[in-house]
Amino acid sequence: MTYREALRRALDEELDRDERVFLMGEEIGRFEGSYKVTAGLWEKYGPKRVRETPISEEGFVGAGIGAAMLGLRPVVEIMTINFIMVAQDMVVNHAAKIRYMFGGKVGVPMVIRTPGGAGAQLTAQHSQSLEVWFAHVPGLKVVAPSSPRDAYGLLKSAIRDDDPVLFVENLVLYNVTGTIPEPDEDFTLPLGRAHVAREGTDLTIVAHSYTVRRALAVADRLAQSGFQAEVVDLRSLRPLDVDTVVESVRKTSRVLIAEEGWATFGIGAELAARIGRACFDDLDAPPERVGGAEVPMPYAKPLELAALVLEDKLEAAARSLLAECGLAGAGAGRD
Amino acid sequence: MAKTADRARDVLGDREHALRLLRLMVLVRRFEERAEEQYTRARIGGYCHLAIGEEAANVGSIDCLGADDYLFVSYRDHAAALAVGSSPAAVMAELFGKETGVARGYGGSMHLLDVDRHFLGGWGIVGGHLPIAVGAALALDYQDAPGAVLCQFGDGATNTGAFHEALNLAAIWGLPIVFQVINNLYGMGTSVDQASAEPELHKRACAYRMHGERVDGNDVLAVREAAGRLLARAREESEPALLETTTYRYRGHSVADAGKVYRTADEVDSWRDRDPITRFVAVLQEHDLLDDEALDEMRKQVSDEVGEAIREAAAAPAPGPDELYDNVYGDEHWREQFDAMDTAAPFGEREETRSWLR
Repeated sequence: MTYREALRRALDEELDRDERVFLMGEEIGRFEGSYKVTAGLWEKYGPKRVRETPISEEGFVGAGIGAAMLGLRPVVEIMTINFIMVAQDMVVNHAAKIRYMFGGKVGVPMVIRTPGGAGAQLTAQHSQSLEVWFAHVPGLKVVAPSSPRDAYGLLKSAIRDDDPVLFVENLVLYNVTGTIPEPDEDFTLPLGRAHVAREGTDLTIVAHSYTVRRALAVADRLAQSGFQAEVVDLRSLRPLDVDTVVESVRKTSRVLIAEEGWATFGIGAELAARIGRACFDDLDAPPERVGGAEVPMPYAKPLELAALVLEDKLEAAARSLLAECGLAGAGAGRD
Repeated sequence: MAKTADRARDVLGDREHALRLLRLMVLVRRFEERAEEQYTRARIGGYCHLAIGEEAANVGSIDCLGADDYLFVSYRDHAAALAVGSSPAAVMAELFGKETGVARGYGGSMHLLDVDRHFLGGWGIVGGHLPIAVGAALALDYQDAPGAVLCQFGDGATNTGAFHEALNLAAIWGLPIVFQVINNLYGMGTSVDQASAEPELHKRACAYRMHGERVDGNDVLAVREAAGRLLARAREESEPALLETTTYRYRGHSVADAGKVYRTADEVDSWRDRDPITRFVAVLQEHDLLDDEALDEMRKQVSDEVGEAIREAAAAPAPGPDELYDNVYGDEHWREQFDAMDTAAPFGEREETRSWLR
């Protein structure tokens, strides 16, 4: 089953399970969703529960907040994460603040689903990974699954959660396949728990969303040189499962944090600070991080490839870290 | 339900109701005057936006709300809280930052609410609550619930993108909501003429093929009649509307603004001749519904009530630092979701570094 289908199954099950759940977004009905995640749901549940909106992100994210305050469970789709910025006031200044500034008397059980990511020459305004902006904000939760199984289990948890959750998908992940449990109302994955996607002893690579798959490919390459990389899939950025990362780094003594977005002020920066304190005596080298080139995404294919966090870039960073730690034969590039 | 609209014109036939309206306006006026004074005594911090002069526009429409309806307003929200019936002591306590406040002291002047009375805030970003109010109307529509939403905001909000998106969504979806612009002629220090290409704000409704109208916002009966009629239409026909109520704030934008550099003293004085309370008193006296003695007694009772609210608020405890992290999240699992995040957390969040709070 693809990542896209896993999301659709989660939406379908939750729509079926709970009358309070409804979907809202641009082109999610007759058009079936810009990335076809909601295909078939408009026919099955009708226009009230799969509500098509005009291009008014601030308006319909706000409407989701208001509906959630009255007890509904809106799942709002923003076509891509790039467009969420026109609704930033609703997400950061409203959804994230409401429970706290109203003394806990009302909450916002709302999910915003949106894909980030890059790699299809969509250029500067359509190729961003902005999830860390939201992970910075108390009051929000930010989830970013990397596999169909995680997408299925985490989306159901997000919809059942009583707080606003930004659910970050990835354009390149939609066609990725994997197995998910048989349709099961009780299967969910808890928010705030990372997952060791591959065990290893020599190096920890921490990633989320599509970058997890790249990290796993790099781990395969490193294994051919005799190095066992452990890959930690964060799954959730807020809450952030620092415990699992720290446990892994204490075992491997080396850590590379990889992210598709820009590394400055990013997840690597956050984790490096926490790892630096928790693992100070365990580290063979300072935490290393790698992210997308710090430019607006260019169009020309050679430039775009140079800007992405491709396997080669990740592998070079991993080998350089291993070499810095005196591991013979690590080299700086592929064997 | 058609009776709802009829009753709106008929307040003068119901003495008790008419006096209740007056009393609310007098209460708002007195509450705001005392809040201003308490601010200068540093018992109230932050921003404090007073509604002195705007009582009729606030109270007249809120009086039309029934038990199934919902209310959203801007940060100039003390009048709304009092008009829905929140206790003046709890409202004052919120201004004082006390745990007996309507938002337990977490929101302050701008973020009043009363969930039981369907008053859902008290919002601090100009125009930001309009889409949220639309969402409340959407929820009513979704649930086939009988109520409507009243959303009050200032003239400044009509120039935001949120205003446009909210009215458009309400119109295309046919939602039960009345948008009430309380046009006090200035957004902070910028006049409506200067800020709005169409200064007759009710005409903006045309862009959404929505009903729009303007009434004298200092005439509480006119406000009540229009709001009652439009709310009834929203409930019965799921038709949104834009109601413009023209009024004037005697004070500055907030207590930090003297309100003098962008308007003349003559202009402010000219509005005192149209004072909403003075005018309504005259109407009531004309109809033999109120004599001077009863008015004096009402003013005294209201003064005592606000004085008592201040005493209660001053005596109430403030929330303690150990409650700092309460209600950031509300899901029953939030602690277990976050319990793996604490490891080597930055300064200020670790249990050890938090110990100075105790």
